[in-house]
Amino acid sequence: MPVSEMLFWFLTALALFSALMVVFSSNPVHSVLWLIMVFFAISGHYILMNAQFLAIVNLIVYAGAIMVLFLFVIMLMNMNTESEPQKSQWMKMAAAISGGALMLIMIAALKDNVGAVSKTSGEGSIGLIKNLGNVLFTEYVVPFEISSILFLSAMVGAVVLGKKESSKIVS
Amino acid sequence: MQVMPINYYIFLSIALFTIGIVGVLTRRNVIIIFMCIELMLNAVNVLLVAFSKMHHLNAYALDRATTAGTEAQLFVFFIMVVAAAEVTVGLAIIVMLYRNIHSVDINFLNRLKH
Repeated sequence: MPVSEMLFWFLTALALFSALMVVFSSNPVHSVLWLIMVFFAISGHYILMNAQFLAIVNLIVYAGAIMVLFLFVIMLMNMNTESEPQKSQWMKMAAAISGGALMLIMIAALKDNVGAVSKTSGEGSIGLIKNLGNVLFTEYVVPFEISSILFLSAMVGAVVLGKKESSKIVS
Repeated sequence: MQVMPINYYIFLSIALFTIGIVGVLTRRNVIIIFMCIELMLNAVNVLLVAFSKMHHLNAYALDRATTAGTEAQLFVFFIMVVAAAEVTVGLAIIVMLYRNIHSVDINFLNRLKH
């Protein structure tokens, strides 16, 4: 078995196991740490698919920024296993059955695809910053600017929501 | 040249997406539900990059200097941008809820109905 295929299976197993642990671990801090493992595995997949820029952005933005924000909020609220609310067994069983049914249907609908993703390196370099930046700042410059406005509005919204006075208005 | 079928990536993406859905349905902690939504977003991103690579491989067989598949990777980049903004606002809302009801249990949030 070639090295890239072994890497594919290893990263797939790591991603799926970590994703399951995100759902099933009762401590929210452990869930965040497992989710960081999922993001590392997905970044590995990106590198295997020659999307190096996206792999680095995934690590910096998701594993670096967003997960630290989650961890910060969880530690701010002082959550742990004892304070974790639990659903009833029936609800969990119903959720597992409906999720499994969805997975079964999607796999049955999509299993007959043909097509291949090459795992060898050296063909094309579309995932590098040179190509992506060139296209981003020529063809997609308007969406890029709009996304900056989106960030500005998100920042203003977060500040407005997080202000101390807003709690009085809501309650 | 060693080739992976696109099916493997589709199955991986479906499995991750389903795990995210099961997490949303089973957990009652708002933050865990939010994390499961992030997981579902990432499953979709993996699929987009895999399709981009497949498209690039097909175009590469005809033309060695092709840049086909760039758009999908930029699309994933924009999805990440939007997800970052979404997380900012969502966590601000969760912190505000916690300040008001001193809990992150979604069963206490059904007063939004009234």
